[in-house]
Amino acid sequence: MSAGFVIIVTGILVAVPCAVLGTLLVLRQMAMVGDAISHAVLPGIVLAFFLSGSLGPLAALVGAGAFGLLTAVFIEALRSTGRVKEDSSIGIVFTALFALGAFLISRYAGNVHLDLEHVLYGEIAFAPLNTLVVGGVDLGPRTFWTLGIVTVLALGLVLLLYKELKVSTFDPGLAVALGLAPGVVHYLLMGAVSVTVVGAFDAVGAILVVAFLIAPPATAYLLTERLSYMMVLAVAVGVVSAVAGYYLAYAANVSIAGAMAVAAGALFATAVLASPTHGVLANAARRRRNRRSFARGLLLAGLSRSRRSTEHDLAHHLGWDGERVSTVLRAARSGGFVLQTGNGEVVLTRKGQEAVENLSRALR
Amino acid sequence: MFEVLSAVLFDYTVRNIALGSAILGVAGGVLGCFAVLRRQSLLGDALAHATLPGICVVFMLTQTRVSLWLLLGAGLSAWLGALAILAVVRGTRIKQDAALGIVLSVFFGAGVVLLTLIQQTGAAGQSGIDRFLFGQAASLIRSDVITMGALAGAALLVVGVFYKEFKLLTFDGPFAASLGFPVRALDVLLTSLIVVAVIVGIQAVGVILMAAMLITPAAAARQWTDRLPAMILISALFGAGSGVAGALVSALGPNLPTGPLIVLIATGVFLLSLLFGASRGLLWSQLRERRNRAAALSGGGA
Repeated sequence: MSAGFVIIVTGILVAVPCAVLGTLLVLRQMAMVGDAISHAVLPGIVLAFFLSGSLGPLAALVGAGAFGLLTAVFIEALRSTGRVKEDSSIGIVFTALFALGAFLISRYAGNVHLDLEHVLYGEIAFAPLNTLVVGGVDLGPRTFWTLGIVTVLALGLVLLLYKELKVSTFDPGLAVALGLAPGVVHYLLMGAVSVTVVGAFDAVGAILVVAFLIAPPATAYLLTERLSYMMVLAVAVGVVSAVAGYYLAYAANVSIAGAMAVAAGALFATAVLASPTHGVLANAARRRRNRRSFARGLLLAGLSRSRRSTEHDLAHHLGWDGERVSTVLRAARSGGFVLQTGNGEVVLTRKGQEAVENLSRALR
Repeated sequence: MFEVLSAVLFDYTVRNIALGSAILGVAGGVLGCFAVLRRQSLLGDALAHATLPGICVVFMLTQTRVSLWLLLGAGLSAWLGALAILAVVRGTRIKQDAALGIVLSVFFGAGVVLLTLIQQTGAAGQSGIDRFLFGQAASLIRSDVITMGALAGAALLVVGVFYKEFKLLTFDGPFAASLGFPVRALDVLLTSLIVVAVIVGIQAVGVILMAAMLITPAAAARQWTDRLPAMILISALFGAGSGVAGALVSALGPNLPTGPLIVLIATGVFLLSLLFGASRGLLWSQLRERRNRAAALSGGGA
């Protein structure tokens, strides 16, 4: 297995569970909870290292994942006192836990082979070097096992509880009424996010896992209106970011995880600009089209009332300046809605009259 | 004990650290009040991460380690991040939380990429950049403290000048707009001041823990009062107090990192405020509830 292959597969194994779970976080407007958990698992990771030197991948995963779940519990407990808003409780909880982790690391740095930088940006380039050996048998890269388990867990949760997750995301009230236990679903989702973040931090670091968790689903959110399509699209965007990021980093000899985040950001920026349904350009074009058709409607309605008018009459009648009247008039003439006679009078064509009738019917 | 304390208090390095931490506590405490009340607590977190590419670019261009220039780069890229957040939220259907998360992680990712480029060129000054990431209060020198003080002072001055406008914007934005205040410009100005507070603090506590200094003291102060001027004052006091206490405790022994200690102390202050804070304290409302229940059971008392 070549090193490049291992790194790309590792990146994809981070991108897939992050995209699926991140879709739910973005739709629930809980994207920053993902950020919070990715920081707050730090003390869990440190404690896991403390307790048994070098734990098996699964034990460390579960231990730190428990801390992630604890973050969700703390945030909810603080918010439910009614004394602190949700955004503040997220911020207070994760910074406190991160500070605790950072404190533990520098206090006992000598005993723990773990440094803050590694936790924050990870090093996916080491993925091929760490192999899992059980009973003398080489089972391949360790990340394949940890992230493989994470991916199976995340996909399993979403496939098994798809209906529950969907209803509680879009209509929590309905979920309660149907007896779908949105509270349980919430904590299951938080648990899955925790395990994913912990599994991924080793490869891409605590902060860059946030890029995989939020940017691909947000990109997909700009392209579709269906939950299932959004998840599939988010996975596709995540995988493309991972692969493109790898080759980018390879070409420029820079941080692979950082380049993957930049690739995800570039795809998101492209969607913001160019999404055919929700992009900035499409929105601007739609607004311009609406403005034009509204102005044409006003002009035609004004004409239908006064039968024959000159450009000057229209300007007076509509309260527009002369330039605007001639612009709108030119558009209406080239669209075949009006005719201009030799002496400067403007009259509606048959098409124009039909447009006015349609308009007044629509407004009735 | 007293000897240790007095040695600590009159030590040049410790005085710098304590003063610097107090300054960042005040700046974070005051501006954090507005961020917390406007439900933008996590803006500081996103902007703190978004400083990284700016620091790297300035370093690559100038090879300088003068903190003022690096801070300018930090401020510029955080400000661009803030504008990106505002533009995405206004221009598309992406909500604030996702916009914050994307700017935070993508800007940080770009910073990490630039950091590896710097490492490639073999520049020895890379350690100068590390201190912005994780904060190294211990490396604060007098000129750093003066820079921090000047920036924080300027930010507080602007808050003082536009106090009425910011108050109106915070509590009733639409009303402010209806009175003809330039709401968008004020929004950008207030966000820019939060950027200033972030760059005041990143040297001392690092990008992640700076987010705490913009949230925790303000949320603690909120438990003691319902009036904005009092909240700002208490928050500044809590911020400065946590800063000084953290700096002093970390000077007492080896391997006691300043940044995390400041944040842990601030969190402690917040928890105490949550329990005991004036009329809103959880403890008092528990007691009140119990008294009311007893009174009701014994026939209302009246």
